[in-house]
Amino acid sequence: MSKFLKSAALGAGILAFIAASAGIIAAQPKSPANQQATSTGKAKPLGIGRTAKPEEIAGWDIDIRPDGHGLPAGKGTVKQGEAIYMQQCAACHGEFGESAGRWPVLSGGADTLASHDPVKSIGSYWPYASTVIDYIRRSMPFGNAQSLSNDELYAVTAYVFYLNDILKDENFELNAKTFKTIRLPNEANFRDDDRDVAEKALWRKQPCMKNCLPGEAKITGRAAAIDVTPEPGKGPKVE
Amino acid sequence: MADSPPGPKPIPSRRAFLRAGLAGGAAAISGPALAASADPNPANLPPNVADWTRMLGEGVAVRAYGKPSKHEAHIGRRDVSWLTASPQSSVSFTPLHEIDGPITPNGLCFERHHSGIAEVNPNDYRLMIHGLVDKPLMFTLDDIKRMPRVNRAYFCECAANSGMEWRGAQLNGCQYTHGMVHCVMYTGVPLKVLLNEAGLKANAKWLLMEGGDAAAMTRSLPLEKALDDALVAYRMNGEMLYPENGYPVRMVIPGWEANMWVKWLRRIEVGDQPWHTREETSKYTDLLENGKARRFTYLMEAKSVITNPSPQAPVNHKSGFTVLSGIAWSGRGKIARVDVSLDGGRNWRPARIDGPALDKALTRFYYEFDWDGSELLLQSRAIDQTGYVQPSKAELRKFRGVNSIYHNNGIQTWHLLKNGEVENVEIS
Repeated sequence: MSKFLKSAALGAGILAFIAASAGIIAAQPKSPANQQATSTGKAKPLGIGRTAKPEEIAGWDIDIRPDGHGLPAGKGTVKQGEAIYMQQCAACHGEFGESAGRWPVLSGGADTLASHDPVKSIGSYWPYASTVIDYIRRSMPFGNAQSLSNDELYAVTAYVFYLNDILKDENFELNAKTFKTIRLPNEANFRDDDRDVAEKALWRKQPCMKNCLPGEAKITGRAAAIDVTPEPGKGPKVE
Repeated sequence: MADSPPGPKPIPSRRAFLRAGLAGGAAAISGPALAASADPNPANLPPNVADWTRMLGEGVAVRAYGKPSKHEAHIGRRDVSWLTASPQSSVSFTPLHEIDGPITPNGLCFERHHSGIAEVNPNDYRLMIHGLVDKPLMFTLDDIKRMPRVNRAYFCECAANSGMEWRGAQLNGCQYTHGMVHCVMYTGVPLKVLLNEAGLKANAKWLLMEGGDAAAMTRSLPLEKALDDALVAYRMNGEMLYPENGYPVRMVIPGWEANMWVKWLRRIEVGDQPWHTREETSKYTDLLENGKARRFTYLMEAKSVITNPSPQAPVNHKSGFTVLSGIAWSGRGKIARVDVSLDGGRNWRPARIDGPALDKALTRFYYEFDWDGSELLLQSRAIDQTGYVQPSKAELRKFRGVNSIYHNNGIQTWHLLKNGEVENVEIS
């Protein structure tokens, strides 16, 4: 036990004793759990945990950022990706990325975002190319995650971009260098959360209590009319 | 759509479902609670004496780990099969109408998995912290349990809770309309304590949190929140986390959308910019009517719902004294007040908050009244400590349209019928 912990424990014990004997509730004693640690790390470390080795980090550090940070070594072409896609992806995502059943759509949906049936595909909605390769790398194929080699990863990612008309040449080779040239069309259409400002009217000093809306309330829609509610007894069994 | 449960989307499969429902007749209206009230057995009623009053029961420790009475066995999480492509990437809902008070029992906390439940062996559990730190570190579960810890009750709400209801009333039951929220007492280590062990570099601004499941679920977290109230938690309501809720270690990001509460936490990387992972770009961004989208909409705004009565919990007395009960919560802090309306939002009266009204936690409210047996349009409205007033669905749609999927905190309306049944409706 470190000296710091010993004195903290002792301090807490004394405080508890005083509180008990005086019949009062003691103020919360200072502990590392409620310290005001800052980014500069002013609080003294506890000395728990060991150094993570570079090879351990390398095995788990699989994220890829929009600026290309984290892109692995490797390469693959659209054409090479097609074979992998057909074998490992098309069953769920469809041969053209149109999706089978309820599995996620990968392509299509151009100009639908402002409509009543928006299709949020990689080409129509996703802001960054890096998200595609990062996501495939960490969690695809569904049920056999992190099984693709880096070359297969680049190839199949290239093919997914091809399905979205982001790459048009089937001989295009995707690698860490060419990856950085790829931009997705919808990048500019995202903005940071502005609800506090845009919806400021929802902060009200005096919420209405009487006669807040004109006339009697009329029912305009009912869940029962389109009943898609699961019946009792469906869903997971509970022992 | 395997990963965005709630959009009222899948027209084809829903139509198919509808056809199937119509073919099967109109069995849907009667809720489970009606079925539960069976006739009593006169042998157990006075002046007779029931068996359980005369005979010995099971001894201690026969039930080494207790569970609810067999008469409560119908209570459980449920899913909506048409929402998602596979149960491994799906959601099950908390039966809010079957519980009371502010705390959710561990076994009823809603589930949301992206690639199923990771069954992590605690001996092989490791948490790695690296990136813009002075010293990259590796922690075992024992290491984490050795650290100074805190106990905090927080609500955890999926950003897509009520997401099916953006375009109108869809599902009959608060379990389905609002059941992607739970509230347990977490025990865990403040994230700032762990970060202090590694020591942050001066240019650290963002964290990546990564799960150890087969989706390696990742979200970016602004450093400011990490140093404020984020927890690395390993217990819920005193017990070790349940596997479906992230055993052995998960993130707790108070007041922010549940997708960020990364389960089966295996890695935290410190960086200087957000990662824009799939879950914070293609999902969990809010598409507005003009086709543009809001991102980083982390905060869950003030919301409430009446849990009883509700479609799965009808009123079984014809009239008279009635307790209306519900929950309210806000990601901005404490619930200051809850109002209730019986006439579809024309007139409101304050509800009674009972039990603790904690920061960013579910808060229980009641409204007691004499029901005259007439039809009512029940609503609740939460007001938080910042003065934010839960909006009507119409107000919310005016701001955001109906394509958002996420962050639907509009006021819910239940139609209480004369026979005590309740339905989910939209009103003018």
